[in-house]
Amino acid sequence: MIGQIIFIIILAAAIWLFSKNVGKIRRNILLGRDTDRSDNPGERWKTMALVALGQSKMVKRPFAAVMHLFIYVGFVIINIEVLEILVDGVFGSHRVFSHPLGGLYGLLIGGFEILAVLVLVACVTFLIRRNIGKLKRFSGVEMTAWPKSDANYILIIEILLMTAFLTMNAADHKLQLLNFGHYIKAGNFPVSDLLGPLLPDRASALEMIERGCWWFHIIGILAFLNYLPYSKHFHILLAFPNVYYSNLNPKGKFTNMASVTNEVKAMLDPSFVPEPAEVSRFGAKDVTDLTWKNLMEAYTCTECGRCTSVCPANQTGKLLSPRKIMMDTRDRITEIGKGIDQNGKDFKDDKTLLDNYITREELWACTTCNACVDACPVNINPLEIITEMRRYVVMEESQAPASLNNMFGNVENNGAPWKYSAADRLNWKEES
Amino acid sequence: MSEVQILTMAEMAAAGKEPEILFWVGCAGSFDERAQRITRDICKILNHVGISFAVLGTEESCTGDPAKRAGNEFLFQMQAMMNIQVLDVYNTKKIVTGCPHCFNTIKNEYPGLGGNYEVIHHTQLIQQLIDEGRLKAEGGESFKGRRITYHDPCYLGRGNDVYEAPRKALEILDADLVEMKRCRSNGLCCGAGGAQMFKEPEKGTKDINIERMEDILESKATIVAAACPFCMTMLRDGVKGKDKEQEIQVLDVAEITVRVNGL
Repeated sequence: MIGQIIFIIILAAAIWLFSKNVGKIRRNILLGRDTDRSDNPGERWKTMALVALGQSKMVKRPFAAVMHLFIYVGFVIINIEVLEILVDGVFGSHRVFSHPLGGLYGLLIGGFEILAVLVLVACVTFLIRRNIGKLKRFSGVEMTAWPKSDANYILIIEILLMTAFLTMNAADHKLQLLNFGHYIKAGNFPVSDLLGPLLPDRASALEMIERGCWWFHIIGILAFLNYLPYSKHFHILLAFPNVYYSNLNPKGKFTNMASVTNEVKAMLDPSFVPEPAEVSRFGAKDVTDLTWKNLMEAYTCTECGRCTSVCPANQTGKLLSPRKIMMDTRDRITEIGKGIDQNGKDFKDDKTLLDNYITREELWACTTCNACVDACPVNINPLEIITEMRRYVVMEESQAPASLNNMFGNVENNGAPWKYSAADRLNWKEES
Repeated sequence: MSEVQILTMAEMAAAGKEPEILFWVGCAGSFDERAQRITRDICKILNHVGISFAVLGTEESCTGDPAKRAGNEFLFQMQAMMNIQVLDVYNTKKIVTGCPHCFNTIKNEYPGLGGNYEVIHHTQLIQQLIDEGRLKAEGGESFKGRRITYHDPCYLGRGNDVYEAPRKALEILDADLVEMKRCRSNGLCCGAGGAQMFKEPEKGTKDINIERMEDILESKATIVAAACPFCMTMLRDGVKGKDKEQEIQVLDVAEITVRVNGL
């Protein structure tokens, strides 16, 4: 009974804390400008099924794709078992699903065990790959202390959780064979069975191990749940909505700024009366000038670095790293969110995404080639943020590099980016 | 060139005619000496298959692509709206471009500003003509057995998912076609997009076109097929930079088509 009360208190606290932190992230995301992504639900569901659920963009790197699939499928399916643990914890039952499910239960537990091993294999492989394999993708200027250890913590926690799960099953199985207490014969234990010899034979010791692992496993899961909002591992939740709301247009199509259209129309036609639009700056200086979708992407990014590894600027040693653009965006909006928590919603500080986080040198190194956008397994678009910031630098500050200002001048005066006269446009016809 | 008659939309209109297709030449195609040759070749192809076409000539202006990618939305929309006015005066329905940047901008960004046209890239036109049997690979230079690789322009490939059309134009050559290790959606930028063409690159360890050159060298191709005037410039600079002008030629898909047909 006391166990149940403690369990319910821990569970309630974990859920409360988690919803509170998710609420903060949601609020932070909504600090972004509005953008309409409600069109084409059919196409959006399809994209989500393919890219998020079906992992279709992961396969470009087959090895990582298979390992990731182990963890992903393991995570999704083992949740059935977590559900049982929750029910058992609240009602003080033991393996509550074994009765109604009968023979299927054995199959399920057997399946979970195999998945647990696959998850273990993948996590250990990933740990080795990160820390010993020295993959270039996992270093880079933005992969400093926290992003590096975050990845390791995630993998270690998952290894601990799976180990506890298998040890729990092994002890349970032994207790079942001993016909001890409430440990009814239930489930197949193809993997944990092999751990049996490592465990003591005394029932009381086995019960302690089983209970210990049970509590460790579930408290571990609840703790991990509350780690998510602070971690790049949050992608397991946001990947789905993020892909659902992804850009469905051709990648080459950039947005036409409506506020500019009004002004240009008024310039070309003095009789044009623009519809009243909200006054905001052109482009983005800070994260709140970006759209909620840009900010959602920042929280979805799992820092895998596929974007950066295909970026032509990055590959040739320039400062630009699309992953850093996303991480900077998230760090900055989180900073603003913390400020709001402490000082109220009118919080302002003297920092901005531009200059304090992202330098102009990074912005101007981009070739807008869309390689980063194409490479992202969850349809994040770093290019949009770069473009918005260029717009701010050019239109609000008039601080484009001098050579680009020359180009602008040529386009404006001669109708071509080079200094040639429009009258010479047909000269190509004459030569041979 | 004398056999190819090139009319402007104004001349067409004066004669009371409307062409089947408007050939949007683009700034590079109009002014860049190397790209001018591609422009003339596209005209030769149009002429060869008997498509009636016209160009805007002095009425054409920059689409605004480099301004937009650099963040100057004002300048872009000014250009776009003025171009749309001109295109609409001539009742334009269908446009072919020789430049993926013009292609992308007119196709994707002009509709939002009131300019709605069917826009195709010249490699798509060539593919259609091949599919319809109107264009073959005969009567000219033979490419048989020559090692050719194709460089995907970002604004044609990743930007608009046009990967097969240019390849189709090369497949009929009976040549030894090879892919670079980075191709299609994984293709590497030439380094000129996003208005980089008009500025010095940021500090780094090397230029992007040199990095791309290494893919080309690895493919051991003797001809690099391009489909964008910016890529053309960057790839040629890369070839020069690696001192390979004697071994490696950079040719636009249109030029190859003209050569193989002896136009």
